[in-house]
Amino acid sequence: MSNKTHVQARINGEDTEFLCEPQQSLLEVLRDTLGMTGTKEGCNDGNCGACSVVLNGRLVDSCLVLAVETEGKSVDTIEGVAGPQGLHPLQQKFLEEAALQCGICTPGFIVAAKALLEREPNPSEQRVRLWLAGNLCRCTGYDKIVRAVLGAAKVMEAKKP
Amino acid sequence: MTTSTPKKYDVIGTRPIRHDGVEKVTGRAKYGADLQLPGLLYGKVLRSPHAHARIRSIDTSAAEALPGVKAVVTGSDIPAASDTVQSLGETAVRMRYLSNNVLAGDKALYKGQAIAAVAAVNVNVAEEALALIKVDYQPLPPVINVMDAIKDGAPLLHEDMLTQELGKRTDKHSNIANHFQFKKGDLEAGLQKADVIVEREFNTASVHQGYIETHNGTALWSSDGNLTIWCSTQGSFMVRSQLAQLLMVPESKIKVVPMEIGGGFGGKISVYLEPLAALLARKTGHPVKLTMSRAEVFEGTGPTPGTHMKVKMGANKEGRITAAQVSLYYEAGAFPGSPVNAGAMCALAPYNLENAQVDGYDVVVNKPKAAAYRAPGSTQSAMAVETVIDEVCEKLKIDPLEFRLLNGAKEGDRRVDGPTFGRIGYLETVRAALAHPHYKTPLGGPHRGRGVASGFWFNAGGQSSCYISVNADGTVSLVEGSVDIGGTRVSVAMQAAEVLGLPAEAVKPTVVDTDSVGYTWVTGGSSTTLKTGLAAYEAAQDVKRQLLERAAKIWETPVENIELVKGVFRSKHDPALKLTFAELAGKLLATGGPVTGSASVDAKGVGPAFATHIVDVEVDPETGKTQILRYTAVQDAGTAIHPSYVEGQIQGGVAQGIGWALNEEYFFNQQGQMANSSFLDYRMPTSLDLPLIDTVIVEVPNPGHPFGVRGVGEVPIVPPPAAIANAISHALGVRMTTLPMSPGKVLEALWKKEGGRS
Amino acid sequence: MRSFEYVQARTVKKAVALLAEKGEQARVLAGGTDIIVQLRAGRRQVERLVDIKGIPEANVLSYNSSRGLRLGAAVPCYRIYEDKAVARAYPGLIDAASLIGGTQIQGRATLGGNLCNAAPSADGIPPLIVLGAVCVVAGPEGIREVPVEQFCTAPGRTVLKPGEFLVSLRIPPPRPHSGAHYLRFIPRNEMDIAVAGVGASVVLDDRGERFLSARVALSSVAPTPLLVSEAEKALVGAAVADGAIQHAAEAAMAASRPINDMRGTIEQRRHLVGVLTRRALQGALKRAGKG
Repeated sequence: MSNKTHVQARINGEDTEFLCEPQQSLLEVLRDTLGMTGTKEGCNDGNCGACSVVLNGRLVDSCLVLAVETEGKSVDTIEGVAGPQGLHPLQQKFLEEAALQCGICTPGFIVAAKALLEREPNPSEQRVRLWLAGNLCRCTGYDKIVRAVLGAAKVMEAKKP
Repeated sequence: MTTSTPKKYDVIGTRPIRHDGVEKVTGRAKYGADLQLPGLLYGKVLRSPHAHARIRSIDTSAAEALPGVKAVVTGSDIPAASDTVQSLGETAVRMRYLSNNVLAGDKALYKGQAIAAVAAVNVNVAEEALALIKVDYQPLPPVINVMDAIKDGAPLLHEDMLTQELGKRTDKHSNIANHFQFKKGDLEAGLQKADVIVEREFNTASVHQGYIETHNGTALWSSDGNLTIWCSTQGSFMVRSQLAQLLMVPESKIKVVPMEIGGGFGGKISVYLEPLAALLARKTGHPVKLTMSRAEVFEGTGPTPGTHMKVKMGANKEGRITAAQVSLYYEAGAFPGSPVNAGAMCALAPYNLENAQVDGYDVVVNKPKAAAYRAPGSTQSAMAVETVIDEVCEKLKIDPLEFRLLNGAKEGDRRVDGPTFGRIGYLETVRAALAHPHYKTPLGGPHRGRGVASGFWFNAGGQSSCYISVNADGTVSLVEGSVDIGGTRVSVAMQAAEVLGLPAEAVKPTVVDTDSVGYTWVTGGSSTTLKTGLAAYEAAQDVKRQLLERAAKIWETPVENIELVKGVFRSKHDPALKLTFAELAGKLLATGGPVTGSASVDAKGVGPAFATHIVDVEVDPETGKTQILRYTAVQDAGTAIHPSYVEGQIQGGVAQGIGWALNEEYFFNQQGQMANSSFLDYRMPTSLDLPLIDTVIVEVPNPGHPFGVRGVGEVPIVPPPAAIANAISHALGVRMTTLPMSPGKVLEALWKKEGGRS
Repeated sequence: MRSFEYVQARTVKKAVALLAEKGEQARVLAGGTDIIVQLRAGRRQVERLVDIKGIPEANVLSYNSSRGLRLGAAVPCYRIYEDKAVARAYPGLIDAASLIGGTQIQGRATLGGNLCNAAPSADGIPPLIVLGAVCVVAGPEGIREVPVEQFCTAPGRTVLKPGEFLVSLRIPPPRPHSGAHYLRFIPRNEMDIAVAGVGASVVLDDRGERFLSARVALSSVAPTPLLVSEAEKALVGAAVADGAIQHAAEAAMAASRPINDMRGTIEQRRHLVGVLTRRALQGALKRAGKG
């Protein structure tokens, strides 16, 4: 017997509706109900950041948000990062700097780094590392990720009018 | 960051964007758990709560009766298990072990071992069903430590296992599966000649590969008995052959579709979920998907062995090692087959020794069955050997890098385990480390220390296949079976591009399933850039040959008169006759048909890899916590096809090595149950725990490969724990002999040195 | 995860009614970063989750130099440290709010939830204790106040009775020449549970030469976070010199009752309490303008 709730949220700028049970996480609904598999599950308990999304403008782990809690809220996922004009500077820098190897953590890192750069356009290396401490990568040792984020910050600054 | 070598190539050595990059940075790339199929059922696995127990019976009736449950399977459902139970032949025994690791037989041998699996309409129902499966366990005393396991009278995991001793099967029942030995020269005479002798014992804890993506597997049978498997694996052909053996189904009936893979490091070669998906899918007639939780990954897959090791080394005052003795006791986990052999072969490999002996013991314990983890076995033995060398240097007052120059292996030297080195670049890595500014920079503060260590990995070759077809617009489609875990699509494509005189972007690589390409061995063993690169090279040569012939046909001139130079086909004699690759490609369909080249190889000519690392640490003597201040990793890559991905492999291996050195460990309670099976308490480095990692790529090309490639993926994980142990030793004046060197362990070592708390 | 009923309360009264109706089978949901993990792991079971994020009193974050800080139980960590006035007045609180769990966790987790989760290792509780925080609890019998050091009774257990919930925390305004600091020891640099943690607050005399008052509270070395009154006794009236701090550190070590577990041994934890108490007091002194 299911007790599904009807939820309306704004996902990547689009009004979206879905049915979900109270115990389903936002991560589960994004992946299994809405087919948005760009957000990944790495641990399901808030320790790896692979499921990072932005909820009402704040960076969160979607495995620790109940889908029902998104009623009336905005959710931004990796699928919304690139625009019709092309890749976001972060995505472009990740490619240029080879900041991904297996790529499973990459959506989480890009969402997290984008949240940082929109708040702090010129972070130091240490600030980037602290902000991203909740995103685990096992392949890269973070070196090229940090370089890509710092590089994207410069590109984004240069683009400002 | 590459050492300067003259520019020999057009494409090789450049840094094009990887072909699968856009998919991965936009979240569109599909990994195994992303797969969705109509009518999909979801599977879950029941796992043993006991580290050691006899399974008296399993009653699945209540689970099967639960609404929403479509099938339940246990070990008796695996065809191979029942078939080979009587045979003691080595293949049959290995198959029985594999089968029992997929689903237990008559014993549970580790906490987390798979006992049964359920397929249901959703994951919640599947989990409820697990709770309804009644297993009658008779708990047995567990053995959870290698030195306890080898004691006389220790509980036996496999009552029928007979110890193999120095090449001969004995009639002794013990937990030692195998004891082997490598010897060279006269150990005792060598020790007599020594002016200093250092002897140390080590204990290292089990660690996990820690890939961020958990295991997955989806299976679907067609009505005519054909099985399709989708999974994230390092080797789709390996999955196919394991399934064929377990299910006793011909390989021709199985197709394995490799999805993108979120990290493997050796842990995603053996099958875990794929056979369960196949069995459940057959029983239900529906596709069945299984994924592991993070706790299941820790408890139900294959970490690397914990070990106990002894090293005794003698050297004369001129700085030459006169004798070295190494004993390695590795925990294989529940079934035999730890990488102690590799650990034994690598331990002393960087050094040219006259007198040495290495003893290796493969020991079963009630822990998950060990799987490969990046240079399997080598990090552990390097921890022991490279720190003893450091102590020898300290006693002799010789710089540890100079010492390595005095003793380092070079071409023509024979390893303790037998093989003679061909062209290698070990000494080059040591010289590069010596010359690096890092080595001369003052430490700049109290409680700081610098450590160095070297490492070796043989690398592998193996079978691979590739075909290349020419497209009318001058691009080529390259088809391969090598799963791309870290950028091999691009490095393989670059090798084909180099042959054909094309830019890397003009090659379109695709990774395909087992029906669509020739046999391809795993993406592992640091073999892919070599073996699939070789297959691509030869397929490209085949294309080039055919295109030269086609140009000859078009120009009605003998093919010897035509050459391909920087992407242009031209006549050697008539400058008017030339066609770009694209122009010729556009003419193919009209001049005789499409051109496709192919190759299957069994790549020999493997070039081993050496690394030498330098690390600076700062230790807080009040808390025992170590910070990595600076890290420089020097490695011989042969020829760096794509330097960014070579750097990435080095940096990733270093990061894993740092985690192994400082904080990662399987924490077992007295009952042999893992207490820390989550990323909260299994502590892998975060971005805040590491500095930028400097890489120096030394290039001593491997003569066995057309572009000089040496595998790069594994050796970087070998030196870090030893280098960090040496650095901590220089910072604090204590020798660390355990891994991890967590803050508590460092404090204990400090307190022991001070004879009590300060 | 087993299913449950999810309801939102918009008033204190409604939340109390929803909780009282289900008693032990109902729990509050604020940030969810502890309870969702526990429900998923089967360590807890509920029939009803009551979301209090919509209750104004639970969301208040208001600081006034005469009345102090009113911190709603559902205020996430990021709101605390991004509020400049609060950050300037209570850096000791910010120490905890900015190191719990990483950026994503801080986007949801609340100090109120950290307190109600009542883990022995909670990072938010020692700073609340040393700042003299008071818990404002609502229940079927009305509103009551509990000093924060009395709130936790055992690992995972608090003084909350069925139907009651933590609405907000009242923290007194900082006194002149005062400072507070929270430090924890973790093996990595983020994302870990504290092996040991110490919160310290000091109030100095006008010349900054003597301790007028001081508080030391410990995490991870007892079944609940621990206020160490002996440390306070060692400091009050004493001169600001390492001697008094050392005595306070020793008192803290003596008061601690650590256990052996996979995160640390008894010996290591007790030793760390000494080290961290010294460092936390020095940090508090620095913020008080002296040290």
